[in-house]
Amino acid sequence: MKRTLILAAAMIGSGAILAAETVSSADVVYDEYGSIAASLSGTAGDPVNGIEVMSSRSQGNCVACHQVSDLSAAFQGNVGPSLDGAADRWDEAQLRGIVANAKITFPDSIMPSFYKETGYIRAGNAYTGKAAGDELTTLLTAQQIEDVVAYLATLKE
Amino acid sequence: MKRTGLLQAAGLIGLIAMATTATAQDDNQLVVNGEIEMITDAPAPENIGGLKTIYSGWRFRQSEMQALQMDDFENPGAYAIDEGVEMWATAEGSEGKSCASCHEDIEDSMAGVRAVYPKWNESKGQVMTLAQQINDCRTEQMGAEAWKYDGGDMTSMEAAISLQSRGMPVNVATDGPVAETWAKGEEIYYTRYGQLELSCANCHEDNYDNYIRADHLSQGQINGFPAFRIKTGKLTQTHNRFKGCVRDTRAETFSPGSDEFVALELYVASRGNGLSVEAPSVRP
Ligand code: HEC
Ligand code: HEC
Ligand code: HEC
Repeated sequence: MKRTLILAAAMIGSGAILAAETVSSADVVYDEYGSIAASLSGTAGDPVNGIEVMSSRSQGNCVACHQVSDLSAAFQGNVGPSLDGAADRWDEAQLRGIVANAKITFPDSIMPSFYKETGYIRAGNAYTGKAAGDELTTLLTAQQIEDVVAYLATLKE
Repeated sequence: MKRTGLLQAAGLIGLIAMATTATAQDDNQLVVNGEIEMITDAPAPENIGGLKTIYSGWRFRQSEMQALQMDDFENPGAYAIDEGVEMWATAEGSEGKSCASCHEDIEDSMAGVRAVYPKWNESKGQVMTLAQQINDCRTEQMGAEAWKYDGGDMTSMEAAISLQSRGMPVNVATDGPVAETWAKGEEIYYTRYGQLELSCANCHEDNYDNYIRADHLSQGQINGFPAFRIKTGKLTQTHNRFKGCVRDTRAETFSPGSDEFVALELYVASRGNGLSVEAPSVRP
């Protein structure tokens, strides 16, 4: 634990220096368990927008796979586990790592990687069925991920 | 870090438990017009990993939708049968022939055909889908233009031909000359396409009977195709359904009639070996 804490402290330090600078998906530093210590956007997350990102079909649409009792979104799915109490199970760095690229925390997870730009097979241009072309962007922006993490951090039981 | 390890393990066990408790929505039995008894569950074919029992998509639908398929007077897809049967007897193309000129009565000549497609065509030296065979007859035998692979005419003709196998168990060959194409289809089935990186198996094998948003996931079987979709209000061709599912993973799809979809159709059809041909089925 100690090593990680020191590392985390160091990263928070550098985050503060580079305040409000977005970390590109290629530069994200995951620890060996898949956590990301530093903010991706350098700007504090907004939990209210996090709710919007998680519920909206055109954004994170997390409720397609997860049930969250606190959210009013209709038709919440059950492909993934309920996120009730997620903040009791995971700290902020872990949550950030899961949302950015769940496949590092959970190898081979069905959960999409929301902050990744490369490594896809036949990536499409959103839901058009056409090829993506050169400009593939991450599924969520750095700030949207921070907003989601800020909201998830409130899910305590 | 121990805490994380333990929690991760617990999370995974939870997920496994979820996967193995997956069962079809109900035990309802599908009998059409009070007489055709359909097989809607069967032991999984031996060469299909990951499933113990196969289920028709019908078993995952709500009872009101199920009822529509139990009576041809209620079935909104039945219109296509009349269309298909009419086209069967209509001469087209430079040879002035109709399907009936060579195949005579559709009820006799096409009985059992649907159940074994896609299948190997010896003279062509390739696996052919029913749609490809129909177009081949149009261009090579009738001197007529090919129909659009997943267009309305083709879908109606497929429905009329499929109807002649209704209730018969799907029985496509997977070995011999088709083995290579079948293996290619299997590979496609397990490939995680698109920006969401989801394979057919992620949804239809790992998570059938779970809900993805409002959708109750079935095993993605094609024994009911062509299927009338309430959502689009028309009969849907197999490759059109495949296209929609690939598109929904934020992927560049394959085209209807492409080698990839032909291989995928053979493989997916074989996952339903033992279920009854249901066309025209009614689906969301
Ligand atoms: C396609 C389905 C799917 C989508 C969409 C999805 N997840 Fe997940 N998620 C999963 C699965 C499955 C797991 C279980 C981990 C595994 O794969 O082993 C999971 C795990 C998690 C966990 C850890 C679970 C716990 O213990 O609390 C969190 C947190 C999480 N997801 C958040 C999100 C967020 C936030 C979004 C949207 C930005 C999202 N997920 C979108 C499928 C999904
Ligand atoms: C001039 C005669 C002729 C006409 C007209 C014709 N076909 Fe055929 N059809 C054939 C022959 C010959 C075969 C066998 C071809 C082969 O095995 O390569 C065949 C095979 C088929 C098969 C495959 C049967 C099986 O058991 O595998 C189907 C389905 C079919 N035709 C449908 C149609 C339809 C639909 C039409 C009208 C649009 C049509 N045919 C018009 C001669 C004809
Ligand atoms: C993100 C999840 C997802 C993925 C990935 C996916 N599908 Fe689907 N599929 C669905 C949903 C939702 C439906 C509609 C409900 C149902 O029948 O499962 C559906 C329906 C189907 C149906 C119609 C079944 C019936 O009885 O009407 C077929 C066939 C099908 N899918 C095949 C495929 C194939 C082949 C692939 C891979 C190329 C695939 N799907 C990938 C979600 C998915």
